Amino acid sequence: MTELSKSGAAVGEPTGTSAAPSAFLEVRDLKVHFPTDDGLVKSVDGLSFQLERGKTLGIVGESGSGKSVTSLGIMGLHTAGQYGKRKAQISGEIWLDGTELLSADPDHVRKLRGREMAMIFQDPLSALHPYYTIGQQIVEAYRIHHDVDKKTAKRRAVEMLDRVGIPQPDKRVDSYPHEFSGGMRQRAMIAMSLVNNPELLIADEPTTALDVTVQAQILDLIRDLQKEFGSAVIIITHDLGVVAELADDLLVMYGGRCVERGPAEKVFYEPRHPYTWGLLGSMPRLDRDQQERLIPVKGSPPSLINLPSGCAFNPRCPYADVPKDDVTRTVRPELTEVGSKHWAACHMSQEQRERIWTEEIAPKL
Amino acid sequence: MSDEAKAKAEDEAVTIPAQSDGSAGTATLTEGAARGETLLKVTGLQKHFPIKKGLLQRQVGAVRAVDGIDFEVRSGETLGVVGESGCGKSTMGRLITRLLEPTAGKVEFEGKDITHLGVGGMRPLRRDVQMIFQDPYSSLNPRHTIGTIVSAPFKLQGVEPEGGIKKEVQRLLSVVGLNPEHYNRYPHEFSGGQRQRIGIARALALNPKLVVADEPVSALDVSIQAQVVNLLDDLQQELGLTYVIIAHDLSVVRHVSDRIAVMYLGKIMELADRDLLYKSPMHPYTKALMSAVPIPDPARKAAKSERILLKGDVPSPISPPSGCRFHTRCWKATQICATTEPPLKELRPGQQVACHHPENFEDQAPQDVVLLSDAKEAAELVAEDALAESARTSAAVAAEVEAAETEAAQAEAPEAEGDTEAAEKAAESGKRSTESAKPTPESVKTAPEDGEKSTGTPKKSTGDAESTESAESAESADEEPPAKEK
Repeated sequence: MTELSKSGAAVGEPTGTSAAPSAFLEVRDLKVHFPTDDGLVKSVDGLSFQLERGKTLGIVGESGSGKSVTSLGIMGLHTAGQYGKRKAQISGEIWLDGTELLSADPDHVRKLRGREMAMIFQDPLSALHPYYTIGQQIVEAYRIHHDVDKKTAKRRAVEMLDRVGIPQPDKRVDSYPHEFSGGMRQRAMIAMSLVNNPELLIADEPTTALDVTVQAQILDLIRDLQKEFGSAVIIITHDLGVVAELADDLLVMYGGRCVERGPAEKVFYEPRHPYTWGLLGSMPRLDRDQQERLIPVKGSPPSLINLPSGCAFNPRCPYADVPKDDVTRTVRPELTEVGSKHWAACHMSQEQRERIWTEEIAPKL
Repeated sequence: MSDEAKAKAEDEAVTIPAQSDGSAGTATLTEGAARGETLLKVTGLQKHFPIKKGLLQRQVGAVRAVDGIDFEVRSGETLGVVGESGCGKSTMGRLITRLLEPTAGKVEFEGKDITHLGVGGMRPLRRDVQMIFQDPYSSLNPRHTIGTIVSAPFKLQGVEPEGGIKKEVQRLLSVVGLNPEHYNRYPHEFSGGQRQRIGIARALALNPKLVVADEPVSALDVSIQAQVVNLLDDLQQELGLTYVIIAHDLSVVRHVSDRIAVMYLGKIMELADRDLLYKSPMHPYTKALMSAVPIPDPARKAAKSERILLKGDVPSPISPPSGCRFHTRCWKATQICATTEPPLKELRPGQQVACHHPENFEDQAPQDVVLLSDAKEAAELVAEDALAESARTSAAVAAEVEAAETEAAQAEAPEAEGDTEAAEKAAESGKRSTESAKPTPESVKTAPEDGEKSTGTPKKSTGDAESTESAESAESADEEPPAKEK
């Protein structure tokens, strides 16, 4: 950790000393680095955001952009295990409802995990234990945080399964995960994560492994449950369609950093970062007339061990030469406010980006 | 694709030496060899995987992965195949490339029956039909260099391209946008998108006529997906390839395909030209599938009303539902749907549909109006707007068709098409209704029971649980007897 703060240019104050934020969840300058034989993998490298109760934040990015590492970091799952000296190096601050999690006692965080914050994983088959019934697993999750007998807990489990739309919950509660279909497993996972009424729900690619028709069911369910429980939700996905359905705010990640963040409407209608343009141009869209060609982002995502200097996106950016003095290749751009609550990290001036978006990009989408 | 490589690709694409010395006149194929002619024809194709049990390994059932499909692929076009997982689309791909032996049916390639050709018999055809696989991580041998992988087809087929294999492989690498100098690298040195390009280069090596791509982009990131989609597009234009692209992503399929087949439980539900299918889908399943695709536009967040949610899961292909396979989840299902399987019929030029009650078109079984209890439940999940709209469009189309038919009838001889068709239909429907529409309680009850059986035994699924539930509810539900004509 000490090594990190020496090398990092913009490491925040030592954890625990800055004032508690007003937002329900606030992440400040989160860094998660993994030492490997090949070098330090900077999976998340200085990420900040806030989230209020009842709101949904969508985190989008390609594989390896640090989306999942961020979510595991918030849940405190990188520090939970001890794998010899190969431990993840985490710095920054994560404030959940007035408590800083990174500097907190691990036992305290364990009490919060599952109760205050819960997670839905991508692959329900590997996240559910094959040896225990669905009911046993939900009961376990409930009894860890509530001092109740098994009967009460099981009633609660049935209630939750019913709530997430599993038919005949009193019978299915005794089924094993392999007896459920993919969509039902995901429903069971959601039931398990919501059994303690968590205030923060992190859904990491909750629908990626599912068919579109089932995906529609699950997204609907998440939306309804959020309304009902008033939780804050972070939804992590690579599918812009999914975030457009759910998210109030959007955070676009690239190479372990946030390149654009703002209200979903702003990011979709007035994106101010070339990478966001690239994502929008790469998607064939059902709601528009047939595009002649897609506009892909050239090249491939960078290695997190050896990020390009300057703006991490510069080797793939068609506008890398617009700013003067080769600044894109030498200076890392900081997030700057480009509109109300809308930030983007790009060296091009606001006017340049606005012009390129309205004249060159938007008409082609 | 880097500009350089692309330019190079364009330069070189014109000359395709791979088979100029090859046998049997295959070299002429790129000259748009009679574009539009039927290249591949599939009739009644079936593949049942046996389920064996016990010591003696007796067959106790079969997974009907593909259960009787007919279609054809025309030269130079792209046929997209969509469907949910388990609908048999990948099996179909492997059947037409003859990687699997069909249980029944016929596959014809360029007019030649290849259904039961042996390994030796298929060999000369292997160069004409190539496959691109889904997972670029498992479809390349990690112990072989890229050069070895891409040159394998030449060695297997004994083709010696002009200028030697190595030169040809390097040309192929540059065609797909890779650096030819990477000839000696291993697959692990490449990213997912690059590996997929290697897979494409290998498929293109022998200058095939038909390329079957099974989920070619679904393992890739969005930005890379677009690169590969564009590459496939370019290659088709430059080399005059014919594609069958199997995918689950409807937006990708729309982008790449000329015609699209929608599969459900081993059957083709709808097969139509792209624009027709996406503008006015006729099969309710197609409609539901399309409405489920999330649209990347936050303004439509509120427009949940357009969505058609399907209840439950796909029934098991071991014992698919009777009649129309979709009837257990369809909101328009009536008695006839549970008993009679709708044939895949061309209702409109360029649009074949297997449905008794198509959307956006005249009802094929108008005498059958009472919904199944399953359908009533399903309809609750369909937004009212969507229902209203479908009713409106169907009515409008029906009126149009009627008008056209009467016009035609007046204009032409008394035995005009419309008349005979209508007469036929009436006769047919009369037959059906006598067959199927028995007094109420019994007929209403049979339907859910069917559903229960179908989703049945070895694997318990939601469908199972739900249909038992619906069977219970069906008993309480009182319904009117189906309104009969005649």
